[in-house]
Amino acid sequence: MIASLGFQTVTDAVALGAIYALMAVGIGLVFGVLRLVNFAYGQLIMAGAYTLAFTSSWPAGGSIALCVGVVVTLSLLMELFVFRPLRNQSQAVMLVTTFAIAFLLQAVAQIVDLRNDQLGEVVFSWITTLNQSITIGGVDIRKVTIVAVVVAIVALLLITLLLNKTTIGLHTRAAASDFRTARLLGVRANRVITFAVVLSGVLAAAVAVLFVAGTDPGPLVTPDFALRQTIVVLVGVVVGGIDRLWTATLGGFAIGFASGIINALLPTENSVYLPSVLFGLVIVVLLLRPAGLFAWGRRGQVERV
Amino acid sequence: MRRHLETALQLLGPVVVVVAVGAVSTTASPANKIYFLNALVYVAMVVAIYVFVGNSGVLSFGQMSFVAVGAFAAGVVTVPLVSKKGVLTDLFPLLRDHTIGNIWSLLLAAALGGLFAFIVGLPLMRLSGLAAGIATFALLEITHNILQQWTKIGPGATTLSLVPETTGALQATLGAIVAIAAAFLYQRSRLGRQLRATREDPAAARGIGIHIHRQRLWAFTLSGAMAGFAGALFVHLLGSITTEQVYLELTFLTLAMLVFGGIGSLWGAVVGALVISGLDSFLGQAEQGVDLGFTLDLPTGTRLVFLAAIMALVLILRPSGLTGGREFSLPVPKRRARSGPGSRPRPAESP
Repeated sequence: MIASLGFQTVTDAVALGAIYALMAVGIGLVFGVLRLVNFAYGQLIMAGAYTLAFTSSWPAGGSIALCVGVVVTLSLLMELFVFRPLRNQSQAVMLVTTFAIAFLLQAVAQIVDLRNDQLGEVVFSWITTLNQSITIGGVDIRKVTIVAVVVAIVALLLITLLLNKTTIGLHTRAAASDFRTARLLGVRANRVITFAVVLSGVLAAAVAVLFVAGTDPGPLVTPDFALRQTIVVLVGVVVGGIDRLWTATLGGFAIGFASGIINALLPTENSVYLPSVLFGLVIVVLLLRPAGLFAWGRRGQVERV
Repeated sequence: MRRHLETALQLLGPVVVVVAVGAVSTTASPANKIYFLNALVYVAMVVAIYVFVGNSGVLSFGQMSFVAVGAFAAGVVTVPLVSKKGVLTDLFPLLRDHTIGNIWSLLLAAALGGLFAFIVGLPLMRLSGLAAGIATFALLEITHNILQQWTKIGPGATTLSLVPETTGALQATLGAIVAIAAAFLYQRSRLGRQLRATREDPAAARGIGIHIHRQRLWAFTLSGAMAGFAGALFVHLLGSITTEQVYLELTFLTLAMLVFGGIGSLWGAVVGALVISGLDSFLGQAEQGVDLGFTLDLPTGTRLVFLAAIMALVLILRPSGLTGGREFSLPVPKRRARSGPGSRPRPAESP
């Protein structure tokens, strides 16, 4: 079936899945240590995209560095003023508070947007080169697609190394599996959480760069930038299994890949029903495997009533 | 006696507040009236969500689906025949060639909302926790997608307009009261108490023979019917509606209202809806300049910033919401505090 779709569709789906996987890691890391679903993650990406847009005349390196700086600062502020007071609150309260934060950042962006209405037409010189396509085996692939996949793989490898080979990574994994016991054994809660938040901020910045670079023709940075994608990734993360980082990541990848493939499979006149098919599938998967599609073994036991 | 009084107050408190808002709306200028009526419709909506989310403790992002279904059903069936044939040409003949009155449309919306909730609840209510949240969210996406694309049942992606604006002060107030009364009766009923027991301790609840799936399904169905009803009030208030108006933004807003007021009590749902609506209208006015002894004039676009900041602040400082999840009660008289050890105060009513 997939072979008949053509290489083009599959590469695009893989690239989308790769970016979604990065977002899934960002969301999953914070969830792991805080048990908090950060709905405002998309607004971090949005803030990164705005930073890129404002500095579009700078050299790419400086622009990206500032983007990382802004996003990481913002996520640290969020940790300090929002997540920290809310630790040990119910999941509903934490989630709704992050809604409010998302609203807040979006409203601020709206004001920024009103004052600079030419932002939509920013042209980045370095993006134009990224958007050119090269031909591999008779298929046109935009360079940015390759960059997205490479960045995603490298980032995932780095994070795996960080989590498995460093002390702070070990602490983070311990905290993610049982926060209380980890603290009893001397893991410092604030350090671990800050680490996870910073890492997730860096990933948000990377995703911002990839999204901005991937929009064709010029990027259109709006207050609801990446909002839609974040929601889809949140769904994917839960479908994959939010309790573990790698199942969450796979879930993010899967939902990106699936939306690319379903979009190509649906007949053109029915393509408007893509969300229905995708989310119908989500419901079916959740009903069959409520702990997550990829959550096997003892963790796979989530109660159904 | 005292106990009955307390119980009665739990219902009367919210009802009196709603009636007061309705009464004030009749004295407001026509331009401001809509704010009050909108707040009352939000009360109906948030109370509908509360019936399921508050009583069961299961987070649902899907209740807006039933609001949407109710709104579009009530809208489509009340557009006058003369205009309907010209505008909504793609409809199924049954819908295209008939028009019903206001009250019937409200009932139809409630029935459809309830039926829809029951059917989707059958499988979905097996889930709990985050999986339930995401599955109900998926339901919202699907409902929105179908309403937006299928022109045989509605206007599709265009605006549904020319709906009779029958939600005046009377209908909005009565609608909110009906919602409050239904929620009150449900939470004091045998079914409601069983569901609340499952919220506090699922294992113990099951141990005393409560069927969790069945109880959640009842609440989901009732909540769906009430949400459909609220949707009908909404469409009759606005006179026109698009699928975007009953989608993500309103989902988040109404959920925020519920959590802001206090997720565990009916009083919290009512307070949350009224306070946030009031705040929103006030800030909207302040953007135009409002006189409070001094002139408060906020720059354009700051309304949402303030609203979101206040919501976040209250949630951070007081995570159990404004009411702390308690029902309405009058301040306790001193007499009671002095009473002897023989009359220890009754354990608080389930929150």
